[in-house]
Amino acid sequence: MAKVSGAVVVDIEKCKGCSLCVEACPTLTLMLNRSVNNRGYHFCYMQIPENCNGCANCSAVCPDSCISVYRLRIVH
Amino acid sequence: MACVIEKINEIIAPENLVYAKSPLTNDDIMHYCPGCSHGVVQRLIAEVIEEMGIQEQSIGVTPVGCSVFAYKYIDIDWQEAAHGRAPAVATAIKRLMPEKMVFSYQGDGDLAAIGTAETLHAVNRGENIVMLFINNAIYGMTGGQMAPTTLVGQVTSTTPFGRNVDINGYPLKITDLIAQLPGAAYVTRQSVHTAAAVRRAKKAIRKAFEIQRLNCGTAFVEIVATCSSGWKLSPVESNKWMEENMFPHYPLGDLKDSKRADSGLYRIKSK
Repeated sequence: MAKVSGAVVVDIEKCKGCSLCVEACPTLTLMLNRSVNNRGYHFCYMQIPENCNGCANCSAVCPDSCISVYRLRIVH
Repeated sequence: MACVIEKINEIIAPENLVYAKSPLTNDDIMHYCPGCSHGVVQRLIAEVIEEMGIQEQSIGVTPVGCSVFAYKYIDIDWQEAAHGRAPAVATAIKRLMPEKMVFSYQGDGDLAAIGTAETLHAVNRGENIVMLFINNAIYGMTGGQMAPTTLVGQVTSTTPFGRNVDINGYPLKITDLIAQLPGAAYVTRQSVHTAAAVRRAKKAIRKAFEIQRLNCGTAFVEIVATCSSGWKLSPVESNKWMEENMFPHYPLGDLKDSKRADSGLYRIKSK
């Protein structure tokens, strides 16, 4: 059985904390961080990294193009 | 925890990359408010231009409004136009350099208010340009005043009790108007509020650029967008408000596609 797992990399300084990616994430991976970036925004991060399946919905809705998505297919 | 970090580091490798921002997108931090639809649309334009390999041929015309600085974010040639005059400038560029891919990028105050004449006549002449229209039903940059596209009853800073049709008239559906004109080859209305909508919008923008390549008339893409600052809502609430209030008045979908209806409708211009 092949299992898909993914990861996102957020450009923290570009993120404006609009939380559209948090809303778009179907696996509840992303959340806004409690701490802020240099411009004072609560940037998004992977709160539960195990959940991410690399569907790239977060990067599709991101207005500031600060999310890169990686996906790995693990064959057992 | 260490195990999880190790696994993430294993996934984050160049060969596993699914999505990264287009190399055409500059590294500047956008000046838009958090959650602004302009950012998504400009990213889609950059991706389409990159996929079609037309970076060297593309010339964009920026409007006046929030998106006035669009030229800072995509690494192609740009021309700034006076308020509302982007279709006229785009017409001139396309006529002088027919081999270039020319598009105008305008908001609703620019395209549907001060630039109505330029817009309608450019489409009516069937200029071979792509027109991108970002409709957020408000003047975002100047402080949320009423625009021609503002919905009936919508509260703005100049209509504090809601838009009243007796005083302010009705919302202007300029895309429906443009679909009636014979010069328009492709007229569509899209949105960028969900991932699926973003993918559909990208296909529409791609199609608009392909139609320009065929030299068969104006391609007009309206994006129903949010203005969370002007609407005084959070970005997520704005998307919900847009779904509930904007979509019934501005329904999404293709309004005109001459290729699908009858391929004979495509006018091939003599060079």
